[in-house]
Amino acid sequence: MASEQDIYEEHVLDHYEDPYHRGPLNGATHAHEADNPLCGDQIHIDLKLTPDGKVVDAWFDGEGCVISQASASMLVETIEGKTLEELQQFSAQNMLALFGPKLTPNRQKCCLLSWRVLQSAIHSPLNPSDDELGGPSFSGPSLGEES
Amino acid sequence: MPTLTHCRDDFPILQRSVADGIPLAFLDNAASTQRPQSVINAITDCYERYYANVHRGIHTLSEESTTRYEKSRTSLARFVNAEHDHEIIYTAGATAAINTVARSWGNENVTANDTILLTIAEHHANIVPWQQLAASVGCRIEFLPLQDDFNIETDAVRSALERFQPKMFAFTAASNVLGTTFPVTEWTRLAHEHGSTVLIDAAQSAPHQVMDVQAWNADFVVFSGHKVCGPNGIGVLYGKEKLLEAMPPFLGGGGMIRRVTTDGFEPAELPDKFEAGTPPIVEAIALESAVEYVTAIGLDEIEKHEQRLATHADTGLRQIEGLRMIGPETRDRNGIVSFVLNHAHSHDVAHALDASGIAVRAGHHCTMPLHRALGTSATTRASFYFYNTMDEADRLIAAVAEVQKKFAPTGRKRQPRSSG
Repeated sequence: MASEQDIYEEHVLDHYEDPYHRGPLNGATHAHEADNPLCGDQIHIDLKLTPDGKVVDAWFDGEGCVISQASASMLVETIEGKTLEELQQFSAQNMLALFGPKLTPNRQKCCLLSWRVLQSAIHSPLNPSDDELGGPSFSGPSLGEES
Repeated sequence: MPTLTHCRDDFPILQRSVADGIPLAFLDNAASTQRPQSVINAITDCYERYYANVHRGIHTLSEESTTRYEKSRTSLARFVNAEHDHEIIYTAGATAAINTVARSWGNENVTANDTILLTIAEHHANIVPWQQLAASVGCRIEFLPLQDDFNIETDAVRSALERFQPKMFAFTAASNVLGTTFPVTEWTRLAHEHGSTVLIDAAQSAPHQVMDVQAWNADFVVFSGHKVCGPNGIGVLYGKEKLLEAMPPFLGGGGMIRRVTTDGFEPAELPDKFEAGTPPIVEAIALESAVEYVTAIGLDEIEKHEQRLATHADTGLRQIEGLRMIGPETRDRNGIVSFVLNHAHSHDVAHALDASGIAVRAGHHCTMPLHRALGTSATTRASFYFYNTMDEADRLIAAVAEVQKKFAPTGRKRQPRSSG
């Protein structure tokens, strides 16, 4: 469906061309990656968390459409300094709101890829001894996978 | 230059506009085509005047529906030039037809020592059923690779047949991504010389080229109704009489039996043996209208028209800097043009084209192994049909050039996030 609103707003294209913290993070404590098989979008997120569960540093890498990459850039930019509890409370709706322009359901999947990766990353310590960092496990909304 | 533009008037949906009143340019025909008024009328006519279940009732409506359903089979047999009407089996689609062969013929004839030969250009419908067969009987699956020029030479087919001695060679008559058509008759002859049975996936050729299963000498041929202006929910499995007769039924149920007792069942004769349950009655009747419609235009004319449009689009798109065409430059081509842009992902391309009223497909087009071989996860595909116009091809070229410009890097700087 064609929409009047341009989803490629200036700040979206800015994040796409000049992303925040794109690349690997040395000294990451947590990491995860996933893809959308339907379109091939890929996102990897590296996090450095303090022992009490605060995000010191967040980086992403990946490839795919403007929406998936720009939204990942916005996400890692916004989560630095946040606590684990705040990340767990950061819902899919919050993610769509952070992105800005209204997206059709198919394009929402592009935008929510990095959000899904983040929610898994906080439970994926690179060194298993760092496990059990975050208290209660994440039980937020799950997204249906495309077949 | 001859044109088939007058056909557009027969398609109500092509009269609509999208995106702020811009006329729709529907270039996603490889996924599914649109229907002319005659096919829509055939559907409503059946429901309004004579619909009832077939092969069961003694009453007037059931007799009429049965007559029309079987008349459709006769027309489809003529459409593909089958020797017998009962070699035409109605299925839920091309996918269901391939599954029928893989499960019924495959389980009966393929063992752990056997090989199934496919091409890397197959869509998932002609890969996954064979993988399921392999999981069940332990056979091997081999893929014919694509050459650097996106083609598969007959010499490569010959040496693969010699090397693997496959039990089955299942291949597409026309790629749904590359724009290539394959020499069906020659490949089938070679396969038979090496003792292989042949299944031809005609989903992308039946709507666009004259079909002659006897000239092809194919053992099995499948295609879908909805890609040839027919309704969805119906497909055709053509099989040689001898092969179909030797195969066990696939789905069990009413309609496919001669007799059932508490001890077991006796299957019905062809074609009923493979049509368990209430078949796609209205869909079959409307499919007959669809093939009559395209036959009246002339499949040779249709093919030539699409080749002109696709060649024009191909030539124009290749002028765009940073565009990589996914398909050979000189080829026996069909109406499909696929490409990638260095500055924009295919989903962004399709999204932007939609804003210009142009419907294209973006993604892997149900050919993930092919896309992996091509070194890309997604392509943008424009697929033409006889009702498309040169003007639409020009709109496509202009819009893609615009998209490439829109997403080109311009030295943008992200604004630091304002706190709070």
